[in-house]
Amino acid sequence: MDQKKLMLYQNMLFIRRFEEKLTELCKIEGKLPGMVILCTGQEAVAAGVCGALEKEDVIISNHRSHGHLLAKGADANALMAEIFGKVTGCNKGKSGTLHIAAPEVNALCTTTVVGGGIPIAVGTAFAQQYKKSESVTVCFFGDGSADEGSFHESLNMAALWDLPVIFVCENNVYSGAQRMEEHTKVKDIATRAQGYGMPGVVVDGNDAEAVLKATEEARRRCLAGEGPTLIECKTYRWRGHGEADHQAYQPKDEIAMWMERCPIKKIEKELLSEGVITREDITALEDSITIIVEDAVRFAEESPLPDPLEALDDVYI
Amino acid sequence: MQQITMGQAIQQALAEEMRRDDSVFLAGEGIGVGIHESPVMPTFGLLREFGPARVKDTPVSEAAIAGLAVGASVMGLRPVVEVMFNPFFTLASDQIVNHAAKLRYLSGGKSSFPLVVRVKTGAGFGAGCQHSHNLEAWVAHCPGLKVVMPGTAADAKGLLKAAIRDDNPVIFIEDMGLFFFPSPVPEGDYTIPIGVADIKKPGRDVTVVTWSKMLGVAFKAAAALGQEGIDVEILDLRTLLPLDKEAVIKSVQKTGRLVVLHEATRTGGFGGEVAALAAEEAFSYLKAPVKRVTAPDIPVPFSPPLEKFYIPNENQLIEAVKSIVV
Repeated sequence: MDQKKLMLYQNMLFIRRFEEKLTELCKIEGKLPGMVILCTGQEAVAAGVCGALEKEDVIISNHRSHGHLLAKGADANALMAEIFGKVTGCNKGKSGTLHIAAPEVNALCTTTVVGGGIPIAVGTAFAQQYKKSESVTVCFFGDGSADEGSFHESLNMAALWDLPVIFVCENNVYSGAQRMEEHTKVKDIATRAQGYGMPGVVVDGNDAEAVLKATEEARRRCLAGEGPTLIECKTYRWRGHGEADHQAYQPKDEIAMWMERCPIKKIEKELLSEGVITREDITALEDSITIIVEDAVRFAEESPLPDPLEALDDVYI
Repeated sequence: MQQITMGQAIQQALAEEMRRDDSVFLAGEGIGVGIHESPVMPTFGLLREFGPARVKDTPVSEAAIAGLAVGASVMGLRPVVEVMFNPFFTLASDQIVNHAAKLRYLSGGKSSFPLVVRVKTGAGFGAGCQHSHNLEAWVAHCPGLKVVMPGTAADAKGLLKAAIRDDNPVIFIEDMGLFFFPSPVPEGDYTIPIGVADIKKPGRDVTVVTWSKMLGVAFKAAAALGQEGIDVEILDLRTLLPLDKEAVIKSVQKTGRLVVLHEATRTGGFGGEVAALAAEEAFSYLKAPVKRVTAPDIPVPFSPPLEKFYIPNENQLIEAVKSIVV
C-alpha cells in the first residue's frame, strides 16, 4: 500500500504543478488561446480513481479534464501542445484544452456538453460487456451534470443491463456559479443511485486513498458482473469555473478552509510521518516534476501551429 | 428477383450484416418485441435469430440509445440503433450532433465512430406532427455525419449495408410509406455506395431532383408529363450528405431546367441547397428559374384532408414543371 500511496502523491503533485504552470501561462497575454479550465484542489479524485484502473480501462472525461488525463497516463508534452493549439498536440490542435482525447491510454472522449459523456460511457461499457473484456469504464462528471436528463437515462440503462461502468460524480460544490443547494434539493448526489438500483457511495474527495478504495470496490463489482456504481467524491474547486472567472460567488473564507484541506498536503504529511518518504525525497520529486513540466512547455512553444488548411482534415475517414 | 417491401429489404440487410460481422448489434425501442410488430417492419424476426445480446430492446431513452451507439462504436463495435420516429430525434440530438459528428474531428483523426442511426420518418399515417416531421436538413447541416435517404427497397438494402460497413456515423432515414409496397430487390450481398445519386429515369427537358418517398410522386408526374411530350429526368439523390454535386450539375447542364421535390417543409429545406448548387455551378445552363415543390411551412396536421394537403403531390410537380417548360 505504501507504494500505491506514494504513487497517488506523485500523480497529484504532478497534476498540481502542471496546472499551476497553466495558471502562470494564462497571465501572459496571447500565450494560451481560448479557455483554460483547471481542477486545482480536486487532484485526489483523478489520482484516486485512475489509481484503481488498468490501462485497458476506459475513461470518459469532462471540461475539467487535465487531472483525469494525466492520471490515466496521457503524454504531458502532447497535452501541453494541445492546450497551446499546436499541431503536435494529442489532437493536432483540433480539440484544445476542452475536448482532449487520448485513445492511446483509453481516454476516449472528453466532452464539454454538461452530462454529455454519461451516455457515451454506457456505450463503451456495453462494448466491454459485449466483448467479454476484463475492463471497465469510468465516467467523470460534476454535480451539475447530475441535473441533466442524460444522467437519468444513462444510469437507468447501465443498471438495467449490469454494465461495467463506474459513475464518478466529482462534487466540487459549484455548478457554474450555483452552489449545490441552489441547483438541487438533495444533499448527496449519491442518494440518487438508489432510484436506479445501484449502490451510491459518498467519499471524501480530498482523500486519495479513500477514492482509490471506493473505485477498487466498484471495479471489482463491475468485473464480477454486479453492475455499475455511483461514487460521489466531495471536493472543492479552488479556482473559478475557468481562469476568466473571478469567483465573485465563492466566499474567501470558504476557499481558505478548503485549501487547508489540500489533498496533496494531507497525503504528504502522512507519508512523512509514516516514514515512507523524506523531505529530501520531496525535493527530488519536485525537481523531477519541474523538469517534465518545463520540457512540456518548451515542446509546446517550439512546436508549429497547424497549417490553416489542416482544418479540413479529420472530419471523415 | 424477389419482390419485397423496403421494410423487408432493410431487415435482410440487417440480418445479412449481423451474420457476416459479430461486431454489428442493434438497439432501440421495441426492436425485439415491439408495439408495431409486423413482418414488414425492419427488425422483424431478428431477436429470434440473433438473441437478446445482439438485439437490445431499450428503455424509452433516446439520448442513452444514441450515446450507446457513440460509445460502443469508438470501442470497435458497429451499432445500428433506431430512433422510432424522426421527431424523437430531438431527444437523441446532443449525442448525434455534438458527439457522433464531432468526436472524430476532436480526436484529430485518432478515433472513429462507425455507427448507424436508423430513423423512421414520413407523413401520411394520421399520427400528427410529433410523430411525423422530416428533419433531414437538420442532420445534413452537421459535418461529420453522412445522411442517407433511400427511395426504393433495392437502394435501401444496398445503402444500409454500405452504411453499416462505413467507418463514419451514418444517419439512415427510412420513409415508412415505403414499408408496405413490394418492389424488386436483388438477393444476397451487394452494396450501393454512399454519396452517389442515381438517375432513376433519364429525360431531356427538365431535371427533377428528389429523394425518399417523393420518388414515387416524381414517377407519377413524369408519366403524365410524358403524355404531353415533356421528357422528365428523375435524379434520386439517395444520399444528402455527402451530396453528389456532380450528378446534379451534369443533369442540369443536360436539361437546362431544375425542380427540386421533397416532403419536408420549404424554408431551410435541403431543396434550397440543391437550388443554390445549380445557381452557383450551372447558372449559365439554366433556361428558367429553379422551382421547389415541398410541404408548406406548417407542422404536419392530423385530419386526413389537412394531412393530404401537406404532402406534396404529382399535380403540384406537374404544375411546377409546366411553369418552366414552355
